[in-house]
Amino acid sequence: MLSLDRVSKSYKVGLFGGTDLPAVRDVSFSLQPGEVISLIGESGSGKSTIGKMILRLLSVNRGTISHDGTDISTLRGTALRAYYRTVQGVFQDPFSSFNPIFKADHVFGLIRGVYFGSASAAEWERRVDEALQAVTLDPGQVLGKYPHQLSGGQLQRLLIARALLLDTRYLVADEIISMLDASTRIDVLNLLGDLKARGLGILFITHDLSLGNYISERTVILRRGQIVEMGPTPAVFGKPLHPYTRMLIASVPQLHVKWGRLEAGERAGTGWTPAATEPCRYHGELLASGASASTAALAASGLVEIEDGHFTGCVSPNADGTCGGRPTTAS
Amino acid sequence: MSLQVTDLRVYYRTLAGDVKALDGVTLGIADGEIMGLAGESGCGKSTFGNSLIRIEGRMKHVGGTVTLDGVPLPIDDQREMDHFRFAEVSIIPQYAMSALNPTRKIGKMVAELLATRGVRYRDAREELERRIVLVGLSRDVLDRYPIELSGGMKQRMVMVVSTLLDPSLLIADEITSALDVSSQRAVAQTLVEFRDRGFVKSMIVVTHDVSILYQISNTLAIMYAGKLAEKAPTEVMMSRPRHPYTRLLISSLPEIGVRFEEQRLSGIPGTPPSLLNPPTGCRFRDRCPLAIAKCAEEEPPFVEIEPGHSVACWMAT
Repeated sequence: MLSLDRVSKSYKVGLFGGTDLPAVRDVSFSLQPGEVISLIGESGSGKSTIGKMILRLLSVNRGTISHDGTDISTLRGTALRAYYRTVQGVFQDPFSSFNPIFKADHVFGLIRGVYFGSASAAEWERRVDEALQAVTLDPGQVLGKYPHQLSGGQLQRLLIARALLLDTRYLVADEIISMLDASTRIDVLNLLGDLKARGLGILFITHDLSLGNYISERTVILRRGQIVEMGPTPAVFGKPLHPYTRMLIASVPQLHVKWGRLEAGERAGTGWTPAATEPCRYHGELLASGASASTAALAASGLVEIEDGHFTGCVSPNADGTCGGRPTTAS
Repeated sequence: MSLQVTDLRVYYRTLAGDVKALDGVTLGIADGEIMGLAGESGCGKSTFGNSLIRIEGRMKHVGGTVTLDGVPLPIDDQREMDHFRFAEVSIIPQYAMSALNPTRKIGKMVAELLATRGVRYRDAREELERRIVLVGLSRDVLDRYPIELSGGMKQRMVMVVSTLLDPSLLIADEITSALDVSSQRAVAQTLVEFRDRGFVKSMIVVTHDVSILYQISNTLAIMYAGKLAEKAPTEVMMSRPRHPYTRLLISSLPEIGVRFEEQRLSGIPGTPPSLLNPPTGCRFRDRCPLAIAKCAEEEPPFVEIEPGHSVACWMAT
C-alpha cells in the first residue's frame, strides 16, 4: 500500500526564496494495488506536486509518504532502486519525454542498464515483448523507430510499457492523455483499466472530470493544495457534497446536456473572478447542508466523513475547526 | 450569408513537397451563426482559420475563393488584407496569453493597434472600458503591463481587444484548451455573449473538444485530413450523424456517468493519412468500418442530404 499521511509541501519563491508558497497542505489518502484513484484539480491545485513527491522527484516538507509501512524519504541506494522497481511514473507530454536523437526504445535500454544488467538477451527480449503486449503495441511497428516516426498515442504507450518492464505495482499517471487526440485517448484510458484489472494501482492525475469519472474507483478533489472532497467515484460525482465539487461538475461540457447560465456568483472564485470572501467562501454553505455535527473533526483532518468513505472538507479551517475565511458565528 | 468559402485549397510548402493541409473546403456561415470546427490534430482546422486571416510565408493559396458579406477577401494579398484584418475579420489566437506586447502597458498597446486602423484611442476608450467590465476585469488593467495579469485575465483581455472594432467574422482558435474547466465555461459563454450583443456577426470556433462546441455552437463542421467530412446544425449532428468518422468520434467521448466497468468506450483505430501524398478516394477509408470498394476508387463529394446537413460519404448518400 502506498499511503500519504498529512503531507505538506511548499515552494520557495521570490528573491532568494524568501517567500513560502504552499502547494500541498495536509493531504492524506492511500492507494492499493488494483485500484485507480483519480486526483482532480485545477491548475495550481498541487496535483502534480503530489505525484512528484510520490516518485521522490520532490521532497516532502511535513508528513510522510510510506510504501508498505516504510517512509520513502529514508530510502537510499539499493532500497531506493527497489522502490523504483515497484513505483513508476508517466508524464503529460510524450513528445518531450523522448530524446529525439535516440530511437524510441532507448528508454527501455536505460532500464536494462540499471535493473537488468545480468539478464541475457533472450530474457530481456521476452520482457520487452511482454510489456509491449500489455500495452497492445506491435513490437515490429515501434521497435527501432525514432520518436518522430511514432504517433502520440504510441509514444505514450511506450512510456507505460517502460514503466511495466519492472515489477511495477503502482503507476503515477500525470495528465497522460491530455495531449492525445480524442480518437486515441480513450484507448490509452482503456489500457489503464486493463492494467488495473491485472493488479496495478494507478494514481490518475487529471484536470478532466469526465476522464476521471470514467476510469477511477475513488476520486480525490483538490483545491489550492487541500483535499476538499474524497470518496468513491459514483458518490463524488453522483452526490457531490462540497460546493466546489458541484461547481466543477457543473462546468464540465457534456454532450447531451447544455450548460445553464453561469451566474455572477458562481463565477466568483473560479479563476474567472477572485472570490470576495477569500480564502473560503464555501464553509457557510457546507455547515448549512448538514455537516455541522462534525465541525470538530474538521480541526483534526480538515475533512469530515459524511457517509461511508465519502469525505468533504473546508478549504481553509482554523485550528479549532472554524472557517478561516468567515466568522465563527456561521455554526 | 455572412461568409462563403468555395473550394478553398491551401498547401504548406516543405522540402518533401506540398502538404495538402486544406484541400477543397466549401462552406457558408450565416449572419449570427457560431460554427464549431472540430477534428483531430493535423486535420487542417487551424489552417482553415489562419488562411482566412493571414496566409504566412510557407503557406500557399492554391485555389478557391472567400467572400465576406458579398465582398471577395483578397486572402493571398497580404497588403490588401490589411483593410479587412481586425476591422472585418479578427482572430483570437491559440496562444492568446503571449499575444500581448510585454513592453507596453495594455492601454498603450491598444492605442497603437487602433491607430493602425485610423481609430483614435480617445473615441474608442469608453466602449473599451465598458467591454472590459463586461468580461469581469477592472478598468485599471489598461494601466498595467501584461506580466501583471494572470493567464485567464490575459485571455479575456485579448478577447476584448480582438472584437473591439465589431468585426463581421471572428475566428477563435483553441482558446479554451489551456484553461481550467471553470474558466473554460466562462470563456465559452462569453463568446456567445459577444455574438448576442452584436460585437461580432458570426464566428468560427476551432477546437478539438466537441463537447464544448455542443454547448455554444449553432452548427458543427467536422474536418478529416484536409477536407470537410460533415456539417450540420449542432442538434442534428449529435442526434443523427451520418459520416462514420463523426459517429466514431462522438461515441469515443467519455461523459460524466459513463464508467469503464459498465460501458467500455472505444477509440478509432489507425492514424490519419499523410497529407503529403494523400490517398485517392475517401481519405477515411483505411479506418472506416463501412468502407466498400467504391471508397478506394472515387472520392465522395460533399453533398447536402437534408437542408443544412452536408456529408462526404458514399454510405450516407
